[in-house]
Amino acid sequence: MTFAPASLAWFAQHEFRLAWRDTIAMMTGGRRVRLAGWIIGGLLVFALMQVIAWFTLRPWTELGITIDKPTLVMVSGMGLLFWTVTLSQALESVTRVYYARSDLDLILSSPASSRKLFAVRALAVCASTSALGALLISPIVITLVLQDGPQWLSAYLVLASLAALSTAIAMALTRLLFQLVGPKRTRLFAQILAGLVGAGFVIGIQAAAILSHEGFSRLAFFQSADIIAGSPGEASVLWWPARAAMGNVPLALLLAALAFAILATTIALTASSYAALATSAAGLSHVRSQRRASSKAFAPTTQRQALRRKEWKLLQRDPWLLSQTLMQLFYLIPPALLLWINYGAGEGTYVVVVPVLVMAAGQLAGGIAWLAISGEDAYDLVTTAPLTPRTILRAKVEAVLAVIAAVMAPLLLLLAFSSWRMAVITAVCGFAAAGASTAIQLWFRVPTKRSMFRRRQVASRAATLSEALSSIMWAGTGALWAAGLLLAILPAMIALLVLGLARLLAPRQA
Amino acid sequence: MQAALSLSGLTKSFDRPVVRGVDLTIKAGEFYALLGPNGAGKTTILRMVAGLLRPDAGTISIFGTDALADPVGAKRLMAWVSDEPMVYDRLTPLEYLDFVAGLWEIDASRARSSANELIDWLGLRPHANELCGGFSKGMLQKVALAGALVHDPKLIILDEPLTGLDAGSARQVKDVLRQKTEAGVTVIMTTHILEVAERMAERIGVIADGRLIAEGTLAELRARIGRETTLEEIFLDLVAQGHDPGSEAA
Repeated sequence: MTFAPASLAWFAQHEFRLAWRDTIAMMTGGRRVRLAGWIIGGLLVFALMQVIAWFTLRPWTELGITIDKPTLVMVSGMGLLFWTVTLSQALESVTRVYYARSDLDLILSSPASSRKLFAVRALAVCASTSALGALLISPIVITLVLQDGPQWLSAYLVLASLAALSTAIAMALTRLLFQLVGPKRTRLFAQILAGLVGAGFVIGIQAAAILSHEGFSRLAFFQSADIIAGSPGEASVLWWPARAAMGNVPLALLLAALAFAILATTIALTASSYAALATSAAGLSHVRSQRRASSKAFAPTTQRQALRRKEWKLLQRDPWLLSQTLMQLFYLIPPALLLWINYGAGEGTYVVVVPVLVMAAGQLAGGIAWLAISGEDAYDLVTTAPLTPRTILRAKVEAVLAVIAAVMAPLLLLLAFSSWRMAVITAVCGFAAAGASTAIQLWFRVPTKRSMFRRRQVASRAATLSEALSSIMWAGTGALWAAGLLLAILPAMIALLVLGLARLLAPRQA
Repeated sequence: MQAALSLSGLTKSFDRPVVRGVDLTIKAGEFYALLGPNGAGKTTILRMVAGLLRPDAGTISIFGTDALADPVGAKRLMAWVSDEPMVYDRLTPLEYLDFVAGLWEIDASRARSSANELIDWLGLRPHANELCGGFSKGMLQKVALAGALVHDPKLIILDEPLTGLDAGSARQVKDVLRQKTEAGVTVIMTTHILEVAERMAERIGVIADGRLIAEGTLAELRARIGRETTLEEIFLDLVAQGHDPGSEAA
């Protein structure tokens, strides 16, 4: 099918083709076998989620779902949690519309309308946010349709409305950020904001649940008598989305019409500035950032020190890492709060706190290790320098572990004030998780540009999976050890097994 | 005089032979230009010399050091500058030179004065404390060149160092290289800009289909084809004569 050049449909076709090829390339890495693996793996995960949803929702649907205040509170609460995820996703995608497109120079220097291009890209963000949301809610919706009735299909209309509203808010926020902090910092601020929005509500509810119930459960929080009593009456407009999702189709259509009207208005209002803002963002590659000359420059140094110092300097100036580290620390707030509330009350709290810290150490180490070991912008320079490959790797591993130690040290110190034993358990398991993640990144290293960070998983699914599994197993070891169970040996053995398997699967380095 | 670089039977294949038994000797203090059509094997040869690729067969000797048996010793003597500048976006030129000096374990005070001298020499002083991420290709190439020179190498290997540079930057790079050869440093450079090779190189080697098909001074190359003509004409003639129709150029 062909459309008039530079029309909305023509741009949409162009965007769809690029997005499709990009997705396929990311999934397959150019190999057809990988696509089949993705499809089979995806179906298996979906089936597993379906089974979990089936058994989780069964007791509720067996009792018969009535649209009363407790049900409205719970459905709305869970919907709100879900909406923050879509808003976070939309914020991330809208930022990329302004920044991460290599074709902007070409299109913006052509006579084609930048407004049309922006409209198509905004709608693409809405579509991709809806698709991701559909993937997440489908196990629940399908289960409810099968167990309670087809009226639950209207939840998809509510999902589309939420995605449209999220896209509109994301566009308005990004535009506001351009105004407030300028094109140079908008991307970083938007990334941090996306992370905070995605995690903020979840963490906020967790914190509230900890403060009121001394537990982690969000579901229990929405079912608590205080929350239900304090919520508005059943007739409130606040429950419209929940009522729409539960089968009120006219209300669902009304919400969808409203959300898409808001999206259309936002596109119309922000499209005119797109060309200027995208150009200013693209022009950033020519903007120079002044640094103060370090007093340590050209101080006597060894080769390993030079490499470590370079890694630390680059990590410190990496906006992605900055936002991710902030996020990791943000996720540590609920367990820290739990630790604070239950200070000296017994060892039950540590079973929650220890694995969270261990998991954070493993995950952070994986990311930093990739940046330090594989993400080498001056590979030729380092390789042609008069030092052995072993020295290079040793310095880089030292740089990674030192960063993890620096991040974890204050938390371990805090933990040590409460319990020495728990601090030791966390340190041992955290070090093991960080060491394993670093080793996996070392074995699967493929020299590339640091800017390829977001696509590092494409290089090796085996590395990504083994890194995640290893961190989970070490977190499990920490939890069971904290609980004083000998069973802790089991996940530790599995973690070592995963590490051994990763070593076997890793390609031989030249 | 001791040879700066000596290659013997250098061979490398990827999915097909790319370098086929190259023998080459370059004298110390010489400016040597390596010419050849795209895919002839020039960059592969230089990457093997720089220690970035391991040859399938043959030997590489740098100032008498066997580069395959003692790669660290050989690397200490040389610098490699690729056509794509190897510079970190988030380091300033001074920080970059500090890092390179650390890799080559240069005495701190010597590194500082050498870095400052190079920064001035290459006209980078106003940008010495700016992150390299915003630099033009020409400026990045100059930073990379400063990095190659900061440890005072005896052998500099440059792969297309003038590609994408404006006239002013190209002149600065050429001046720096000329001064270095005058000071006794050996320079090996690949280039597609034949005028540069004609003016600057003492000897020229022509590679085609992975083989060194001709070598000598400009006068010797002219004598070989039997005409008083430009290097461009000589190069095209030699490549046409030396092309092996049975092998596909990369």
